[in-house]
Amino acid sequence: MKALVAVKRVVDYNVKVRAKADGSDVELNNVKMAINPFCEIAVEEAVRLKEAGTVSEVVVVSVGDKACQEQIRTALALGADRGIHVEVEGRPEPLEIAKLLKGVVDKEQPKLVILGKQSIDGDNNQTGQMLGALASMAQGTFASEITIDGESILVTREVDGGLQTLKLNLPAIVTTDLRLNEPRYASLPNIMKAKKKPLDVTTPADLGVELKTHLVQLRVAPPPERSAGIKVEDVAQLVDKLKNEAKVIS
Amino acid sequence: MSTLVIAEHDNSSLKVATLNAVAAAQAMGAAVDILVAGADCGGAAEAAAQVPDIGKVLCADNAAYANQLAENVSLLIAEIGAQYDNIVAPATTAGKNTMPRVAALLDVAQISDIISVESADTFTRPIYAGNVIATVQSSDPKKVITVRTTAFDAVPAEGGSAGIEAVASVHDAGLSSFVSEEVAVSDRPELTAASVVISGGRGMQNGDNFQLLEGIADKLGAAIGASRAAVDAGFVPNDYQVGQTGKIVAPDLYIAVGISGAIQHLAGMKDSKVIVAINKDEDAPIFQVADYGLVADLFTALPEFEAAI
Repeated sequence: MKALVAVKRVVDYNVKVRAKADGSDVELNNVKMAINPFCEIAVEEAVRLKEAGTVSEVVVVSVGDKACQEQIRTALALGADRGIHVEVEGRPEPLEIAKLLKGVVDKEQPKLVILGKQSIDGDNNQTGQMLGALASMAQGTFASEITIDGESILVTREVDGGLQTLKLNLPAIVTTDLRLNEPRYASLPNIMKAKKKPLDVTTPADLGVELKTHLVQLRVAPPPERSAGIKVEDVAQLVDKLKNEAKVIS
Repeated sequence: MSTLVIAEHDNSSLKVATLNAVAAAQAMGAAVDILVAGADCGGAAEAAAQVPDIGKVLCADNAAYANQLAENVSLLIAEIGAQYDNIVAPATTAGKNTMPRVAALLDVAQISDIISVESADTFTRPIYAGNVIATVQSSDPKKVITVRTTAFDAVPAEGGSAGIEAVASVHDAGLSSFVSEEVAVSDRPELTAASVVISGGRGMQNGDNFQLLEGIADKLGAAIGASRAAVDAGFVPNDYQVGQTGKIVAPDLYIAVGISGAIQHLAGMKDSKVIVAINKDEDAPIFQVADYGLVADLFTALPEFEAAI
């Protein structure tokens, strides 16, 4: 079966992003970019399914400007077979990305679509579910374990109360949580090989999607600063402060 | 203008998150109805009817809505939501799972995890792990919104007497089914609703050492949480995780033990009223947000702390 994996280019998770002084946007100049960590887990899962013989081909897709081909190449170096770049300027919203991915799903007809549960820039946590609705596919979000069983898939999900397991008809959508797997590092030979793997470029028009704007970002601001408090000498002083100064314990 | 709030419940009672979502919905200035979708969910519907200042409670009671399968419930919400200007749910794992499907079915954006209502169409929400707060304005005719529960004080659970209307529509997409769940049973308060939270990190070294937190939690009536590092290391289950991608908490007192304070963890707890950090590394970033920092070995500090409270 064919697996489609969506990946996003985002600011590296180690970077502490700041609002620009004029509040117009976040500061993204000269900031290290990387594949979204949850998307990397998605690629790893698809590659493992291929190594296990369950999946025959792993196709990786990214929506964004030309620079996101770098993240497609990263996914190819991790073991994906070919890439699709949907070239879009600016920052399309999750619903628009889901519509573009629906176009790719219609063309590629994958049995399994794996996405990260959220991207660490917008923290929206929407795209996989939206794709599920648009493509009338079942979804297993926040997955920590998946098992393919014939024409269905068992997905164990991380939910507020603990873990929940669902059975989904294939084709289905899975969005990854942190503990689904630990992604490998790409080896140098695989990075070299990835450069020769096929990467097709397509456009929203090719996919029959007209991009729309639903939300406008009016401004951005830093959150209220929390200033460091004091260091206490010992446990006795800590308990005293909590009882008599902060009055949070009695 | 009218707003539909999607109730979070266990069929017999309402979860507090519903009351936070109602507070956000009321801040939008429109009349609020509540939808309770579930199976044998009459108890939850009756609880919802007691929330003050609610127009009516819609109760969709059918086996198709048991376990809140997103494929089924989203079809129901999209149908009922067609009559409303705003559809609001708490940003719990259930809300996050279902609401984007609703938004896509209605061809509108979802506004995730709002922390304030600026006007009927303008909201603020954290992005980049809470390092930036964005103010966003929606141009959609209908708004689908999830609410960060810690940002809105819960409305009272009792005092109202709204009517309950049964919803007959049954949507069974036939795409998914419930298999099993492993739900942690605990006498302690829920992590997201507790007034005191004590969390352990990698410094706890193993799962057994979390017992050191339990005695303190018992004395303070606290919930126990953990950093991602502690969960990844298998010390405690996933539902303990506090952070950008785990649970967001804002208790009166948050005690971070053996937690260094990665941005992703701070994103989940920095709105707590009072933060205490206990860590043997005096340069740990957690001390930059702590009201009271104690540089100490947790294995000696925790027993002392338990004895002193």
